[in-house]
Parts: sequence; C-alpha cells; structure tokens
Amino acid sequence: MAKNTSSNVFRTLDVDQYNEDNYKEDNDSTDPAALGPNDTLITSLLAANKPVEALTHLLSGATLGIKDQAARTASLTLAMRVLMAIKASQIDDAVAQLDNENRDVLMKFIYRGFEVPNEGSSAHLLVWHEKVFTVSGVGSIVRVLTDKKRV
Amino acid sequence: MTTVHNFGVSPISCHSWSGDRKSLALSQNSNEVTLFSSSGSDWKQTGLLDQHDLRVTSIDWAPKTNRIVTCSSDRNAYVWVLDDNNVWKKTLVLLRINRAATCVRWSPEENKFAVGSGAKIISICYHEKEFDGWVSKHIKKPMQSTVTSIDWHPNNILIAAGSTDFKVRVFSSFVKDVEARPSPTEWGSKMPMGYLMKEFSNSSAGGGWVHAVSFSPDGSKLAWAGHDSSISVADAANDMLVMKLKTNLLPMCSLTWIRPNTIAAAGHNCVPYTFIVESDAVKLGSAMEEDKKKESSGKTSAMDLFKNKDKLGQNELETKLNFTHQKQIAEIRIVGGQKGDVDTFSTCSLDGKIVVWNLKTLAGQMKGLKI
Repeated sequence: MAKNTSSNVFRTLDVDQYNEDNYKEDNDSTDPAALGPNDTLITSLLAANKPVEALTHLLSGATLGIKDQAARTASLTLAMRVLMAIKASQIDDAVAQLDNENRDVLMKFIYRGFEVPNEGSSAHLLVWHEKVFTVSGVGSIVRVLTDKKRV
Repeated sequence: MTTVHNFGVSPISCHSWSGDRKSLALSQNSNEVTLFSSSGSDWKQTGLLDQHDLRVTSIDWAPKTNRIVTCSSDRNAYVWVLDDNNVWKKTLVLLRINRAATCVRWSPEENKFAVGSGAKIISICYHEKEFDGWVSKHIKKPMQSTVTSIDWHPNNILIAAGSTDFKVRVFSSFVKDVEARPSPTEWGSKMPMGYLMKEFSNSSAGGGWVHAVSFSPDGSKLAWAGHDSSISVADAANDMLVMKLKTNLLPMCSLTWIRPNTIAAAGHNCVPYTFIVESDAVKLGSAMEEDKKKESSGKTSAMDLFKNKDKLGQNELETKLNFTHQKQIAEIRIVGGQKGDVDTFSTCSLDGKIVVWNLKTLAGQMKGLKI
C-alpha cells in the first residue's frame, strides 16, 4: 500500500491549469474606469419620479463582463431599484421605448434579479419578464444563457 | 408545397443526396449509413455502409464523382466508391486525429475533402497516387476548440470553419500536389496551406457556439449561425463588414444560400426561416410554414372541456407542434438547383422525417413568404 493512500490533498490540485492546450479566454480587459451606469444620475431620476428615463440610462450605461464582484452587485442593486420603481402599468411603454440591445441587457438583469429574491421582487420581475418576452421572444432568453459576458 | 419522407421514428442526424437526386444516404443516429433509392413515391433500401464503430456524424455524397465520404465519432473517415458489382467499396482515410470527427464536406471540384474534428484540427484529405490512398494535411493553429461545421469557397481552396470557441475562421487549404496556385480573392492574396485568412468572433458579448457556416454562391460573403440565436454575415467585398441579426427565435443549426441575397436557416424552431441580406444589415424574412392551428375537433362536450381543464390545466391536450417537423431540424441540403439559385431543399430532423421544400409552389401558396 502506498504511504499516502489516506491523504486526499491531491484532489485539491487543479491539474488542468498545467495543460498547455487549455482554452484561453479572450482577454478583452474591460476598462475598470468605465464602470457601470452613472449611479448619481439614476438615483436623481428616480427621486424626480422619472423611473422610465432612469431605466434607459441604466441599460445604455451597463457594461457587460466586469470582473469585479462588488461592482456587479452594486449595479444589480441599482437595477432592482429602477425595476421596482416602475409600476406594472408603465412597463409596456418602458419596454416599447427600448431598442433590441437594451432589451437583451434588461432580460439579463431580470434573470439576475430572480437569483437574489427580496420580498415581492420576484412577482414584479415576473411581470417584467412576460412583457419583455412578448417583444423579444425566446431569442433574448437564449442570449441570457449563452453570452459569456454577464451583466 | 412540401413532400414528407418518413424513415421511421429514429432521429436522422445527417443526410446527403446523390448527384441525380434519386438516391439518399442517411444516418439514423447510429454507426450505420443507409442508402435509399426512390422508386416512384417509395424508398427502397439499396445499400448499407456499416464500417464505423461509433456514431456517424456527417455524410457527404459527391455529385460528379459519385463518391460518398462518411466520418464518425470513432476518429475515422471512409470514402466509399461504387464498383462494377454495384457494391460500395470502402477506403479508410488516415485522418490522424485523436478525437471524434464532427463534419465532412467534399470540395467543389471533389478532389479534396475537409474533416472537422474535436481535436481542434481540420484534416484536408486528398488522394495520393503513389500511396494509392487518402492522406491528410492538418490545419491546427489557431483553433482552440472543436470544429462544428465546414463550408468550401467556390475556388476550391478556401474553407470556412465554425467552432465551439465562438469563432468563425477562413483558412486556405491549398495542396501543392493536387492543384494550381489560386488567384487572389476578396479574402486575400497569399494562400499557403493552413494560412488563416480571416477570423470572426460570433458575439461581442462573448458567447455562442457556431453551428453552421456557409459561403455565398460567389464566395464574397460568409454567413454563420450562432447559438445565441443570431445569424451573421461577413462581407469580404465590403471591407469585412460583419452584419449580425439577433433573432427572437431559438438558435439555428444549419443554413444555406437559396438566392444571391437570401439565406434559408433551420434549427431548434422546427421550421426553416428565410433571412434577407441587404447591403448593411441582415433582416428576418419569414417562416417557410404557417402555424397551422387546427380548429378544435368540434364535439368537445362541456363536461370534457372542464375535465381537461381540471386534469391538464388547458382546454385540450396539445402534444403535436403545428409544423411539419415535430423535432428540431438537424441539416438543410440543397436538392434542386444550386447555391444561390435553389428550387428545392431538404431538411432532416430528429423526428425521423426528411421534408423536401419546393420554393416555387411555396411562394404561390404562402402569401407572406419573403425570398
């Protein structure tokens, strides 16, 4: 019997990283300075009772593929505030004003919002999901799943 | 008008027509390739190519030289030639790959064929006279993952390869022993063997396997379908402009050019769609079949209605899709005409059917059809 039969430490070693044939991600370093949407602008729009405009700013400003977890959580909290602020009756208009790119980003935020439910958030997000789905179809949902650069 | 050919319940993973379109080679998700010949409206089995050990991944039947090449997950490819006794004789091709072969296509002049594989290699195979066998040259760099689909440029030299590393690449497959040096094209002028002419990324958002690639009939444009439900067209004549359309549909698995500026694509939506390529954008044309919502069969009594509502949550049990195909379409192949001037094309699907779509009669029947 080998001496280290009882030791499992070898299982913690990631052998694949030493394989020279590994798939290497395209390293497009997202410029850290160009971080997400403008926090203050959006908060002021929300305070001024203009949530639909806040949504447009949020989606146009959102950068995909940011590696910094804290920045991603911050942008998610901001997105949730905007989405909750828009009433169910206003959602139709809000979605109609967006272009295709922004609708894809919105769908990505909706699914991220599902991942971290607060009270009452999922129900409202479901309404959002249905409205965006009627316009963008299954394609936008497929893109939430396949795009590597997450929101 | 569509003609439906039923081959049982097993999925048809790949198919190919003979040059005279009277014979069909198909594989039903197994290690065998069955050859059928049409006699009237029926299909008679005329051959069985069963040399592979594992699942056959792709078949291509060369129309002019009447040779069939098959490739499989068992890392092999065979070239089959019909001899005088009407028996298909096989020749093993030395691919020299250590992973499954995923797709194979004859070149336009049928003196070479290209095999894509999971070994991140494309094998360009040609017949070596001295050795009297098929040998291969490898194209390796810079592919980082499995090659899923291959298409040849009309000049017999350039090939496009789509891969699971989210990229589409155009390579030169110039083999000195077999052909003359090619003249420059819109894709470039230097074309040594294995040279990467151009590389395209499927999506700026980083993802989406490339399922299918296809050069336009004149070779100046390259179209591909990605798993992010998009269809993209790169125009080499227009400074490599890439036009991408993110569709609202499920991803497409196969595509081809039916007119100089129209693409027919099919996939997980179970029905082919047309896409119009304009000078700076790709637009969705239309589906090639209307959603045949059947009227509910008349005499459902009130009690049945409520029974169904209670048991199933809906008015009646709808298990059939309202399209000819019931499962996703695996491959599109041109039957009548050629790329850019197609009269009929066929689709094979995981529901065991091969459906031949006749564009002329379809255009007459469906008012909304945009070709």
